[in-house]
Amino acid sequence: MMQFMLLFSRQGKLRLQKWFSAYPDRVKKKTTRELITLVLARKPKMCSFLEWKDLKIVYKRYASLYFCCAIERDDNELLTLETIHRYVELLDKYFGSVCELDIIFNFEKAYFMLDEFLLGGEVQETSKKNVLKAIAAQDLLQEDEAVESALKEYGLY
Amino acid sequence: MNVLKAVSMPAPKRLRDLIREIRSSRTAADERAVVNKECASIRESFRDQDNTYRCRNVAKLLYIHMLGYPAHFGQLECMKLIASPRFTDKRIGYLGAMLLLDERQDVHLLITNSLKNDLGHQTQYIQSLALCTLGAICSSEMSRDLAGEVERMIKSSNAYIKKKAILCAFGIIRKVPDLMEMYIPATRSLLNEKNHGVLLTAVCLITEMSEKSPDTLHHFRKLVPQLVRILKNLIMAGYSPEHDVSGVSDPFLQVKILRLLRILGRGDAEASETMNDILAQVATNTDTSKNVGHAILYEIVLTIMGIQSEAGLRVLAVNILGRFLLNNDKNIRYVALNTLLRVVSADYNAVQRHRTTIVDCLKDPDISIRRRAVELSFALINPNNVRGMMKELLYFLETCDPEFKSDCCSNIVIAAAKYSPNKRWHIDTVLKVLTMAGNYIKGDVVTVVIQLVSETSQLHAYSVQQLYRHLSNDISQQPLAQVAAWCIGEYGELLHSSAIEEEEPLQVSNDDVISLLERILINNNSSVVTKEYAITALMKLSSRFTDCSLRLQQVISQYGSSTNVELQQRSVEYSSLFVKFDHMRPALLEHMPLIEAHPHSLEENFLDGQEEVNLLSDSTSSHTNGHGGTPTSQPTENGDIMDILSSSTSPAAVSAGNRGGGAVDLLDLLGDLTMDAPPIINNPVSPSAHNLLDGFLQPASPQNLVNGSSSPSPMAVFNKAGLLVEFTCQRANNDPTRTVINMKATNSSPYPMSDFVFQAAVPKSFQLSLQSPSGTSLPPVIGGHITQVIQLNNPQKQPIRMRLKINYTQNGNMVNEMAEVNTFPLELWQ
Repeated sequence: MMQFMLLFSRQGKLRLQKWFSAYPDRVKKKTTRELITLVLARKPKMCSFLEWKDLKIVYKRYASLYFCCAIERDDNELLTLETIHRYVELLDKYFGSVCELDIIFNFEKAYFMLDEFLLGGEVQETSKKNVLKAIAAQDLLQEDEAVESALKEYGLY
Repeated sequence: MNVLKAVSMPAPKRLRDLIREIRSSRTAADERAVVNKECASIRESFRDQDNTYRCRNVAKLLYIHMLGYPAHFGQLECMKLIASPRFTDKRIGYLGAMLLLDERQDVHLLITNSLKNDLGHQTQYIQSLALCTLGAICSSEMSRDLAGEVERMIKSSNAYIKKKAILCAFGIIRKVPDLMEMYIPATRSLLNEKNHGVLLTAVCLITEMSEKSPDTLHHFRKLVPQLVRILKNLIMAGYSPEHDVSGVSDPFLQVKILRLLRILGRGDAEASETMNDILAQVATNTDTSKNVGHAILYEIVLTIMGIQSEAGLRVLAVNILGRFLLNNDKNIRYVALNTLLRVVSADYNAVQRHRTTIVDCLKDPDISIRRRAVELSFALINPNNVRGMMKELLYFLETCDPEFKSDCCSNIVIAAAKYSPNKRWHIDTVLKVLTMAGNYIKGDVVTVVIQLVSETSQLHAYSVQQLYRHLSNDISQQPLAQVAAWCIGEYGELLHSSAIEEEEPLQVSNDDVISLLERILINNNSSVVTKEYAITALMKLSSRFTDCSLRLQQVISQYGSSTNVELQQRSVEYSSLFVKFDHMRPALLEHMPLIEAHPHSLEENFLDGQEEVNLLSDSTSSHTNGHGGTPTSQPTENGDIMDILSSSTSPAAVSAGNRGGGAVDLLDLLGDLTMDAPPIINNPVSPSAHNLLDGFLQPASPQNLVNGSSSPSPMAVFNKAGLLVEFTCQRANNDPTRTVINMKATNSSPYPMSDFVFQAAVPKSFQLSLQSPSGTSLPPVIGGHITQVIQLNNPQKQPIRMRLKINYTQNGNMVNEMAEVNTFPLELWQ
């Protein structure tokens, strides 16, 4: 099971944090700081896996963003790389050629996408199509509601 | 009223406007100002109970929270959003709950009610939000409250809800393992589903349950054929665009199933048998041009190693890892080394084949890979390859990062002690370590080296001259200085010797030697311990270099006023030896006797900190069973190795403090075998009784155990140099798997034997217990004898084989003998 996932920029700014276990706030802050420092210090020739405390850290860089996951000792690191890649593909399909700015300005949508792909630290859906379909349907629900309330405001609904 | 309000108060800033504003602030102070202003406005909005824009405000708050600012005042607002009927509100509300409201917050439990309502909502996406949140932040109480709802939803016919509910249950079970029971019935039929999401999550849940409870594992073991079928369909089914990743069909599901198979097959021969074919099939069919193929192969290797797989499959697995090692992708190399490290004990020979590749990895640019390669290299050293391996490892030691040096040194010294082909090589290697590793060497290595040099008497001259050479080049390395100082002190007179192998003899005067030691004492960088060694060495030299007493006396007395108490004390005491007790000086400073060997104490101390390295968490190697978790770095050879050793405590000689010595003997007996925790001692009889009644006390007669049968004739099992050991064996009638052996030892030589210790070892399937011997001395010319009773348990009715180890002292010499006994009569075990 994945313990947490962090997305951060090359300057060390946090763009997304998903915690699948409960930690106190200051532990989260400390962990985030430590890992960002550790990962940013890695040279390009080094492998994508780190050992940290009793967890394995798997990270991959996509353009200006680092995707960093912490998995347990028995988890498959190579598959985690695939999991990260699948998430990026989903974002890419959704935003149309995703870049860091998309994730900054639409961070809540990035979270929604993650929540359709992973749950409790495990992959819940392996079909790209199904994940995107679910997101699209929920976006539609939101839009319908927005239209509804706009119409209500003008007394037309 | 609302219209008025809307006119008088502007709408709160949009989320993206806030983000834009924050990003455009040039300094941290600017950013803080913007954030604080916005927080104030948000707080005011919350106070005014503004429903319309609550969603927007919370979203902004979440962004601010991600930047690192406090956002706890938004917690209650999240709850209000969750309670709203609008999907948009709930979506943000639940997101906020997951970010701000984990179980450590006070208001956490207040969302339980909303969760319960939403779990039963008619819109599946709202149910999904609730399930997602529950899976992310459930606490024990919440889990208990809502477990029933989740269980109901697992049985839903909607695959979308089903899979989420299953993972929710997974999270609940992790939090509250007691709740596992209620989910087992619903789980059983889940593998019949076609939907990949449901299958994946179901396998995940079953895995978690099986790992948590052995009973449940047993229950789910019958699913193995079904899992095999699902896996087979996955790989045979051909291209499915929906689940395809670079030509591999649903790798996530494949890996999950492989992992479950590993857990179900562990320790169970039948289940493992069922999996053999599919494992081989997937291994050969998987396309390895991309990372995803490697991910699957990696999981297969872990599974093969984790179950009771057949030998051919295990070799296949190690070969896959060998191929990984040659891959350009460093991630794959790393993973390979990691796994090889875990399996090296069980499949030693297979891993040996890849030794050259592993050693090449010592030069890899990535530090994690180098670290793994070094550990693995040490595990692969054996008498055949030790020279080559040491060369590589010494080269690595020279160039490696400081964090490695200390462990690497200790390991090299241990390995050299175990596998050195000859003493000269051993000493050379150890000296190289001393000169290369500087001050990174651990303290106990120094003692081990000193002990090694002192016991290798034939090489004393060589050792001390080499050490002198190295020391004169560089006095800054403390361990080297300490060892060298000790040796120079002990064997100073040999510095002039010319009998030192093929090397050029050292040309050095006594004064030079003293000057060198003086330099060490004066140098500020020498540690106190080193100086202590140096001053003691100087003292010893006073009896080796008889012409330099005056100078030595001068040097030593200088430290009588040293600020360091240790040095001062030594100096004063040594000085007084010169002045007041000069007559005792030569006797006091004679050569030290042979230091009792604890060659493996370094290993024991060292290995204690290395537990995770060689413990096979997955492997079911039967060799490691029953070893009480003691880690070793030695390969286990298979089948007929005797690893249970039982020894009697010889009453007078062996005290508790001598356990170390006993351990050495045992290790010697077993040679290159894995060593257990201290051997089983079966000696309830008090030793003191034996001391008093030595020779008179008869051992506990085995007659009450063996009834009826006529006493068979004794068989001689050892006869050498006057020592005759005979076995008289009888099979216990009431228990055919038990044999009782009476050992009798006699001494026909003209000299008495004392400190007689008899030890025996048997193959794994046997149990052996030795009772106390009748005594420990054998008078000459068969003036008496020693008897000892051996009880042997042979539950598997194997042919009896025994290895003997006999120690005794005669004429002041310690004699060690070993023998093997294979000639036990057939009637004893058939």
